Amino acid sequence: MSELVVRGLEKSYGDVWVLRGVDLAVPEGSLAAVLGASGCGKTTLLRIVAGFDTADRGMVRLGGTVVSLPGTHVPPERRRVGVVPQEGALFPHLTVAGNVGFGLPRRRRGARVDEVLELVGLAGYGPRMPYELSGGQQQRVALARALAPEPALVLLDEPFSALDTGLRAAVREDVRAALRTAGATAVLVTHDQEEALSMADLVAVMDEGRIAQAAPPGDLYSAPADLGVATFVGEAVVLDVVASGDAAQSALGPLVLRQPSVPGPGRVVVRPEQITVGRPGDGVPARVTGTVFYGHDALVRLELEGHAGIPVAARQQGAPHGVAVGDAVAVQVVGPVSFFPAP
Amino acid sequence: MAGPALTHPPVPGTPGARGGGVASRRRTRPPAVLLVPALVAAGVALLPLVYLAVRAFERGPEVAFEIVWQERTLRLVLRSLLLAAVVTGLCLVVGVSLAWLTSRTRVPFRRLLTVLGALPLAVPSYVAAYIWVSFFPRIPPFAGSVLVLTLCTYPYVFLPVRAALQGTDPALEEVARSLGRGRWRTVLTVTLRQVRPAMAAGGLLVGLYVLSDFGAVSLLRFDSLTRVIYTSYRSSFDRTPAAVLGLVLVLVTITIVWAESRSRGRAAQARLGTGAARRHGLVRLGRGGTALALLWAAVVAGLGVAFPLVGLARWLVVGSSAGFDATRVVEAAGSTVAVSALGAALTVVLAIPVGVLAVRYRGRLVSAVEQAAYAGHALPGIVVALALVFFAVRYAFPVYQRTPLLVLAYAVLFLPAAVGAVRASVALSPPVLEEVARSLGRSPFQALRDVTLRVAGPGVAAGAVLVFLTCMKELPATLLLRPTGMQTLATELWSRTTVGAYAAAAPYAALLVVLAAVPTFLLTTRSTTLGGGGER
Repeated sequence: MSELVVRGLEKSYGDVWVLRGVDLAVPEGSLAAVLGASGCGKTTLLRIVAGFDTADRGMVRLGGTVVSLPGTHVPPERRRVGVVPQEGALFPHLTVAGNVGFGLPRRRRGARVDEVLELVGLAGYGPRMPYELSGGQQQRVALARALAPEPALVLLDEPFSALDTGLRAAVREDVRAALRTAGATAVLVTHDQEEALSMADLVAVMDEGRIAQAAPPGDLYSAPADLGVATFVGEAVVLDVVASGDAAQSALGPLVLRQPSVPGPGRVVVRPEQITVGRPGDGVPARVTGTVFYGHDALVRLELEGHAGIPVAARQQGAPHGVAVGDAVAVQVVGPVSFFPAP
Repeated sequence: MAGPALTHPPVPGTPGARGGGVASRRRTRPPAVLLVPALVAAGVALLPLVYLAVRAFERGPEVAFEIVWQERTLRLVLRSLLLAAVVTGLCLVVGVSLAWLTSRTRVPFRRLLTVLGALPLAVPSYVAAYIWVSFFPRIPPFAGSVLVLTLCTYPYVFLPVRAALQGTDPALEEVARSLGRGRWRTVLTVTLRQVRPAMAAGGLLVGLYVLSDFGAVSLLRFDSLTRVIYTSYRSSFDRTPAAVLGLVLVLVTITIVWAESRSRGRAAQARLGTGAARRHGLVRLGRGGTALALLWAAVVAGLGVAFPLVGLARWLVVGSSAGFDATRVVEAAGSTVAVSALGAALTVVLAIPVGVLAVRYRGRLVSAVEQAAYAGHALPGIVVALALVFFAVRYAFPVYQRTPLLVLAYAVLFLPAAVGAVRASVALSPPVLEEVARSLGRSPFQALRDVTLRVAGPGVAAGAVLVFLTCMKELPATLLLRPTGMQTLATELWSRTTVGAYAAAAPYAALLVVLAAVPTFLLTTRSTTLGGGGER
């Protein structure tokens, strides 16, 4: 396993710029998620790292080997980069064992195939054909196939998007565990915030061909680098404020800033779970305009008195409790918030 | 002949032509390991056409134009076109009416009628002509050719139109009815409009088949272009007229293919998604209507299927009382299998790089190569044979009247069918599989060999079998190019029939019908099961 370093990667198709200078460093043995909306360039980045596409400018280094530079292109078959494509893409004419052993020299096949199948929890599935497997099983075979030759890096391209919701969480955990056991350096490309935050050691948010921020999931969520990242990685209440030092005055009352700032106008991001809903008088007066129940939690949509134009939402554990549409309530913000000065 | 023309060549540039809608056709330059053999295939496919042109103008353009501008030539072209037009028109009437009856009405025995409707494909047109001539030696040439060719080729209209009738969305017709159009006006204005692309495609196949047909028109003594080319080649010492007439025939067929591909380009854009999960409601014919429908189907099946089979059976009986030369039959069958197997092998080997290229890459060079490979679609067998004879006599005399030249002719003629099969099967193997194979350490060539061709294998093999069976039935090229002293089933039938030895010809005809029945059977079972409908 090796670290992956990407520097200043640029790529255009005709006059459409897909990558505009991507920098990314993934330490050895860790899982990085590249998170972005469709069309942000994340799949192109992955294809260049795998060697399926060439970059116009910039460098890709795997461990000590530079695999991509203008004028240097190590072909995919000599990069030692395993790939898990969308929907698995198992070879339909080969058994599970045939798929997993495809990248191995013939004499090493038997034992190693059993070993990796066991790693992904499919011991004994070797003689089956791909069409006899469920979607989740196919995805795990695809992972086993990528891991079998002990690659320097594993790339996963939206590997869970074709699975249904119930299955997705379980397969995610299995894949995470298998990658960790194998000690693999891995890059996961996804548009699903929850997936990126729950699986990765490092999340790189990509927007319009650049990495907007790369940070551990917790930091990314609580201390986003800019407003775009903040709203992309989770539900956010955005408020105009005037800051002074480590405090700011807002429609939701006085707020504590995560970091002291130069005095002046700007915006803050408040997460819904930071907002508590209480009895009138116990905070900023508001009215309940709606509730949305998700099962594990619920969102309470609110309208602040005198600030009808600002959408505010509070998160509650379990079903919405103690509130009904039309109720007069009071809200408070708990904990520090991120401040972004006006440009 | 126009080849096993049922595999319709996609016309590059039309939406439907992008094999399986593979989005990721690469813009990059194709690797030499594909491009070089594909260029060789394109060269082989174009060789007869190019050399024919060279040979036709060899004695100067004045001589060529003199031949073209003879009144006789013009009359000949018009006569051939008239035959093609009349047969195509009749095929549309027969094919569309039977397709509608078997897919949209409650006429009894629909399944049987469907099979009967496709069955004439199992009778090669020269075999049918042999049977008609053997029973009615005085049959008028034009009427006889119209009758035989219509009965043999209307399935080219019947099958695609029937599939289209089943594939269209019932909602469109329901909407038309709800907007106040009567049943028959809906059939005319909505239903037929929707199946027009299928009618055009089927009509094109019929037209090309008739223009390329050599065996049936010759046995029925109708002087079409193909027959006159053959007799002029055989009887005259000066072979320039044969070359010029061959070129004229090719220009006619190419014009027709080109015109149809243009009209198809527009039709394809107007087509909707396939999306008909629902079945069409079936029209109830009255008692009189049912009787009329059954009578019509019985006449067509009687003339197209029953008469040839019964006639053939009779000659078999007559012939066996006289005693057949069994060794001759076995010998002919053996050499037919041998040259056809070689032909199929060469055709598929040439088709693989072209098909892979067409699915995986794009660009001007790629579509030029693909277009070139489809040249055989517009090249009548007699013309290909003639061009190769000229070429071999001048530049490759050692292979003249030897197996390699005949095998080469088969490759030119049937490359379109093989490329179609390779294309369709390779499109089933998504490019991502090759990428995964690359990431697991395979070179581009190894990825192609170990993954794409393995996945495409069954489809390519089916294409090879189809080409093999088609080679076995081929008459004009075999007649001109067969090695000295070799007889195939088709040439034996030909030589027996031309001297009136009808009973002696019967075993060869029977074997040819059996051979042709195999692809017909596959085709019909596929179209009736996949197409659904029919049984309810």
